[in-house]
Amino acid sequence: MTCDPWRDKLDAYVDGDASQGEIAGMSEHLRTCPSCAADALSRLQMKRMTQAAAARYSPSPEFRQRMEKSIQKNVRSSTKPVWAFGWIPRLAVVAALVLMVASVFWTRHSAREQALAELLDLHVSTMASANPVDVISTDRHTVKPWFQGKLPFTFNLPELQNSPFKLVGGRVMYFKHTAGAQLLFNLRNHQMSVFILQDQPGVVPFESGVTATREMAFNSETWSEGGLRYVVIGDASPSDIRELSELLRAAARPG
Amino acid sequence: MTSLIEVPERDETNRSYTIGVVADRTGDFGSFEELAMPHFAKLYNFAHWLAQDRAAAEDLVQETYMKALRGFSSFQQGTNFRAWMYKILRNTFLTTKAGLKVSVSLDSDGDDKPAEPAVTETPESVLLARVEVETIQSALEKLPVKFREIILLCDLEEMSYQEIGQTLGIPIGTVMSRLSRARKAMRELLAANLQGAS
Repeated sequence: MTCDPWRDKLDAYVDGDASQGEIAGMSEHLRTCPSCAADALSRLQMKRMTQAAAARYSPSPEFRQRMEKSIQKNVRSSTKPVWAFGWIPRLAVVAALVLMVASVFWTRHSAREQALAELLDLHVSTMASANPVDVISTDRHTVKPWFQGKLPFTFNLPELQNSPFKLVGGRVMYFKHTAGAQLLFNLRNHQMSVFILQDQPGVVPFESGVTATREMAFNSETWSEGGLRYVVIGDASPSDIRELSELLRAAARPG
Repeated sequence: MTSLIEVPERDETNRSYTIGVVADRTGDFGSFEELAMPHFAKLYNFAHWLAQDRAAAEDLVQETYMKALRGFSSFQQGTNFRAWMYKILRNTFLTTKAGLKVSVSLDSDGDDKPAEPAVTETPESVLLARVEVETIQSALEKLPVKFREIILLCDLEEMSYQEIGQTLGIPIGTVMSRLSRARKAMRELLAANLQGAS
């Protein structure tokens, strides 16, 4: 009897993915074929050894704690707006919710929403990261040159000396397989990310002009300037987000 | 009928067929934590194997959970939650600097070829008798990502071929042939390692 058809099914048999009929047939074959039985045994041993060897890395308790806090914080912030409307009469709340749900339904799958959501995820992940930035400096003359050679474009950063904002640092991020800059700014206890990307049609699907958005208790503002798309996201107030955006817009303007 | 080879059944408690829970609690974000956190340690292990770096693995897991939390309200009934989480993690990895380097090699390069039997000069039984945990870990590290990830999903995570297909976005036939080629590459690496050591 040729063993080839059986050998082809040995992996599925060992992985527990063979059909009932195949299992019965294979079991019968293995009772009569020492060669295939030895092969099956070896594959099973290898699978078990790989299983033991691959369970190699464990997350630190600190990281687990950070993750749990981060999830809880995001769950809370996603429910905050509902509680905030508690003072409005019930009918108005229902009407507002219907409108909100309809609006969310209408726009949820739009490319713009998805892009913004992706950038918000990046911001939240960065906030929770033990190493949020790759270049740590409050000096724009240190942070900006650090990106040279890492990005296919350059950008200007504002002078923040007489402003309430503080530059924390930056890192290279990837959006739709394209490299961009992520800069972190502090304002009192608030942290904001500024994403700077090449404004390629279809890749960064935002409207022209300045657009301000509120999503999961985060505020954002986005605009296009000199072929670059800027997105500012953070838990600061809309007016603070706008103030930082104005500073960035002024720095980006030629002259 | 008993077989000479006792193939253990998969540990079904490790699986996440919790779609009923998800369906009943759509919109209740509290349930996300209940469903997602039991996978935390294993997702981290998988992320570390992909990224080969602790800080990068932490960032990867962090981003995965944030994306999953955001997409949880639209999570479809009938979808496998575990495969969904691993898929998000893997797709997130592929957008990182390290992931972009390997994403090109993930495209089909012989996946549709029939699986060839693994042949090494070292007999399998001899090979296994001399292999240590560190040798397997070293071989796993050297494997191309497309082979490493499929071996981890199958042997460590004990995913079914269907779950692996959902995670990697490939048909079951491709899962089988890629797995076969991955194991062949693994055996060849182990054999080379042992020959080099002797």
